Amino acid sequence: MVPISYYLVLSAILFACGVLGFLIKRNVITIFMSIELMLNAVNLSFVAFASYWQALSGQVFVFFVMVVAAAEAAVGLAIIIAVFRTRQTLNPDRVNLLKL
Amino acid sequence: MPANYVPIFIFIAIIAVALPVTLLAAKLIRPDNPQKTKAMPYECGVDPIGDARARYTVRFYIIAILFVVFDVETIFLFPWAVQYKALGLFGLAEMLVFLAILIVGYVWVWKKGALEWI
Amino acid sequence: MAMPLHQFFTSTDYLLSLPMIMLALFGMGVLIIDLLLPPEWKRANAWTALVGLVFSAIAVYKVQIADRIAEAHGQAGSFVGFGGSLVADRFAIYFYYLFLAGAAIAILMSVKYLEIEREQHGEFYALVLFSVIGMMCMASGYDIVLLFVGLELMALSTYVLVGFLRRDQRSNEAALKYLLLGAFSSGIFAYGLSLFYGLAGSTNLGQIALTLEQHFLANPKDPVAILALLTTATGLLFKIAAVPFHQWAPDAYEGAPTSITGYMSVAVKAAGWALLLRIFLYMLYPLRPIYLPMIIFVSLATLTAGNLAALTQSNLKRLLAYSSIAHVGYMLLGLVAGNTNNASSTGIKGIMVYLLVYTFMNLGAFAVITSLRRRDIIGDEIDDIAGLMFKAPTEAILMLVFLLSLAGIPPLAGFWGKYFIFLSLIESGHYALATVAVLYAVLGLYYYMRIANAMFMRRAETAEPVSLSPGLRLALAITALGTVIIGIFPEVFLRAAAWSLSVPQASAVAGLLK
Repeated sequence: MVPISYYLVLSAILFACGVLGFLIKRNVITIFMSIELMLNAVNLSFVAFASYWQALSGQVFVFFVMVVAAAEAAVGLAIIIAVFRTRQTLNPDRVNLLKL
Repeated sequence: MPANYVPIFIFIAIIAVALPVTLLAAKLIRPDNPQKTKAMPYECGVDPIGDARARYTVRFYIIAILFVVFDVETIFLFPWAVQYKALGLFGLAEMLVFLAILIVGYVWVWKKGALEWI
Repeated sequence: MAMPLHQFFTSTDYLLSLPMIMLALFGMGVLIIDLLLPPEWKRANAWTALVGLVFSAIAVYKVQIADRIAEAHGQAGSFVGFGGSLVADRFAIYFYYLFLAGAAIAILMSVKYLEIEREQHGEFYALVLFSVIGMMCMASGYDIVLLFVGLELMALSTYVLVGFLRRDQRSNEAALKYLLLGAFSSGIFAYGLSLFYGLAGSTNLGQIALTLEQHFLANPKDPVAILALLTTATGLLFKIAAVPFHQWAPDAYEGAPTSITGYMSVAVKAAGWALLLRIFLYMLYPLRPIYLPMIIFVSLATLTAGNLAALTQSNLKRLLAYSSIAHVGYMLLGLVAGNTNNASSTGIKGIMVYLLVYTFMNLGAFAVITSLRRRDIIGDEIDDIAGLMFKAPTEAILMLVFLLSLAGIPPLAGFWGKYFIFLSLIESGHYALATVAVLYAVLGLYYYMRIANAMFMRRAETAEPVSLSPGLRLALAITALGTVIIGIFPEVFLRAAAWSLSVPQASAVAGLLK
């Protein structure tokens, strides 16, 4: 048996990679992939805890996170296409009509 | 248990030896006379046009988006399929409601023309 | 959880989910009917959606009556459905009405506006209805799975609504920024939830709270619990746009269609607050000693950043975005003062009253801004509202009422929100915080009066009349009446707010665990 702490450390590392990618990447698609990485880290930690507690509810949460991630990807890609159509770039630094 | 991983390590060791040896052997044995025609990317015998990294039409994205959404929704059918007997009539009704909602979305997508390849 | 199979969907479950079922049916109905309507009939979708909201409100009223009957039988307390994951208590019912009112007013504001933008599509109204379903799940969920799904249903619908003007670069950009930061904060929030699940082994809020109570007594400085608290709170503070997680709000508010900006600033924000209160009051109360300093810091930062940034804005929507950040700061002070062992304390009641009055006065202000959008005039700069008094005196006076109410001047509704927050701070002995809050309220008056000054003292830049439609007139009338009536006769509404908190959380938790 692999102890649960291994899964949790892996999940924390994945989550940190996702956050880091979100903060430093300069392409919307890559930023989006970083968010997916964060959600997958969440999934991993839920599954690990579910097997630790022998409780199914954690796995149910993973189902919903996966579907939410797919829906988010769909909406996100649609918005990205709309942005690209109106301005021909995917660099968020150049999508700057609204001052930050 | 680490003992369970011993076959995997043996496997990795075999690959680490066998892979370079076979590649090197092939390099030594095969004839080697490159020409321009041979170096071209293979596109069913037709001369390639343009760059392989060219942009492709946005319609692929729309199809991909629709595929992802409808594909992932099937995840909810699996638990029902596994517990089909235990859930009985209630489970069937529940899944029909779920599918009805999906079908509303499908009809909407269809009528909006997102499935047409113009 | 062992449960006989025939109990999967009981009559209680049906009653409690009826408001959401109604909205789902009408939302899907709008999508299908929209396919059959000729272009000149598209505005009929708005009426379908409004009927759906009315039906949902009737269903909520049925839940309320059932609650009253249960009280008469001495079983006061919350209705629990779906094996303890949905609780339609008074807290949830109060928020249901708030969401429905916000959505209805936003739809009334949208009809003409969308025609001017040439984006009159049925999907708009369907998405508004779907987002209300998500909000209802956020207010009544008692299980982190349902809360997360509700949050995402609301958020995904709102992302699309923000970017609804597809051909407008600002709308696209706002949607992109809102989506990226919203998805990011959802990820952080879900990670915190996973840690709480790991600590408790259950997804039920009551179970998690009980475990936390024991766990916290055993080791008060457990790093996992603190990490879980920090990540969950970060996600929640993102959703209500509290500093330092507020940067998305001005951009999303400025770029979104104006009626959706109004909708986001009241209903979506109220839903964020419902989720935050649900989690902080029902799940995290054992951790109050840890989160209290954090909330004090965040509320002060929010008040400062929101009020100072609003001073220099030249865009009306952006100015109101920063002012709405400042309002979140006041409400957070209510959470500081509110004693979480007693949910009906003045601080929490103040938040409930604040959310109610804010719905009316802020939607009213956005309704006036919506009417400034005419063909070829975007109309969301302060210069666009200049001289409104000479073009449309009724609207200018109504806008003045909304602005005074936002600033918290008696006898208007906004005063009562601020009054209870300040009162709770004084009652709980936070005199310094109360002083700071009052000073910022005075500062707030200044930037609201900048708008009033432009309306009354300056000449109009264009002679173009404002665009009013029957729907917009109705929205203005409702919001103005709400602002004035709550201000002058607050008793009924204050009683409603107290009612919403009248079931002590302890009994709700105990009722779930039996």
